[in-house]
Amino acid sequence: MGNSYRVALAGNPNTGKSTLFNALTGLRQHTGNWAGKTVSLAQGNVQYKDTTFNLIDLPGTYSLFSNSSDEEVARNYIVFEKPDVTVVVLDATSLERNFNLALQVLEMTNNVIICINLIDVAEKQGININERILTNRLGVPVIKISARNKKGFPMLLDTIDRIVTGAIECQPVQTTYPDDIEEQIKKIEPKVSELIGNELSARWVSLRLLDGDETLLNEINERFGQKERA
Amino acid sequence: MSIPKTMRLVDGEKGNLIQITSLNLDGVMRRRLLDLGFVAGAMVEVIRKSPLGDPIAYRVSQTTIALRKEESSRIEGVLMTDGE
Repeated sequence: MGNSYRVALAGNPNTGKSTLFNALTGLRQHTGNWAGKTVSLAQGNVQYKDTTFNLIDLPGTYSLFSNSSDEEVARNYIVFEKPDVTVVVLDATSLERNFNLALQVLEMTNNVIICINLIDVAEKQGININERILTNRLGVPVIKISARNKKGFPMLLDTIDRIVTGAIECQPVQTTYPDDIEEQIKKIEPKVSELIGNELSARWVSLRLLDGDETLLNEINERFGQKERA
Repeated sequence: MSIPKTMRLVDGEKGNLIQITSLNLDGVMRRRLLDLGFVAGAMVEVIRKSPLGDPIAYRVSQTTIALRKEESSRIEGVLMTDGE
C-alpha cells in the first residue's frame, strides 16, 4: 500500500477537464458541452508508481468570485478541503481568458500545476506556447498536454508526484494590486492572520474582505465554528 | 479620420466591432462580466440581435455571450468598425 493524495482539477468550462479526468482514471464520466454540466464532484483514482492519486473533477468556471453555486463548490473545495495538488486546466487557444482563473487559484493555494490542454489544436492554429517562460514567471510548473490524444500525461503525473513528495516546491506569483489596495491589505492582513492562523492564506482572505465577499465569511464562520464545537 | 464614436454596447448593430472603455456596474455583476472577458480594451463584436432586440449576442475572446439590456446598456465602448 502506497500513499494516497488528493488532486483537484479546476478550469474554465470546455477546457477538457473531464476528458483529462476520464483519460487518467479510465472512468467514463459523461461529459457534455454546456455550463453547469459537472455539478457534483466526480472522483476517480490513478495509480502512479506506488502512489494513488485521487482525482476530483471540479465544476468548470470562469472565475471563483461571482457567487454562482458551481463557483462556490469549486472555491470551497480548493480553499477548505485543501487538495494536495490543484491542477488548473487551461485552453491553449484562449489563454487570455483562461489565465483569469489560473491567477485566482495561485492566490488561494500553493501547490498548483498549470496544465495547458488542447495543445495540438493550438499548434494547428499557429499558437506557440513557451512553458519554460511561463513556469518562471508564475512560480509553479506549467505543462502542455493533449487530453484527447493522451499526450503529456507522463510529465503531468511525474510533476504531481514530485510536488506531493516535496521534490518541487511551488512559489506561486502573487498578483500586485494598485497602491491603495496594497496599503489596505497591509493594515488588515496581520489581524486576519491572528484570527485564522495558518489554515488559509491571510492575504487572500484580506482581499476577499476588501471585496465584501459575504458568502466566504459565512463559509468561514460555519467551518471554523464546527471545528470549535468538535 | 473621423472622431471616435463612443457608444453603449446595447446600441451596437450587427457586425459592429466595439472596443470596451468602461463598465458602469458594481459588485457581483461587474465581477461576472469581467470574468467573462468584458474588460476595458477588449474587442467585442455584435453577433446578432433577438427579434425584440433583447438580449443581444456578443463575441468576446472567441466565445459568444448574450447580454440583456440591463447589463449591455451599462457597458461603454468606442466603435472601431461598423462591419460594412
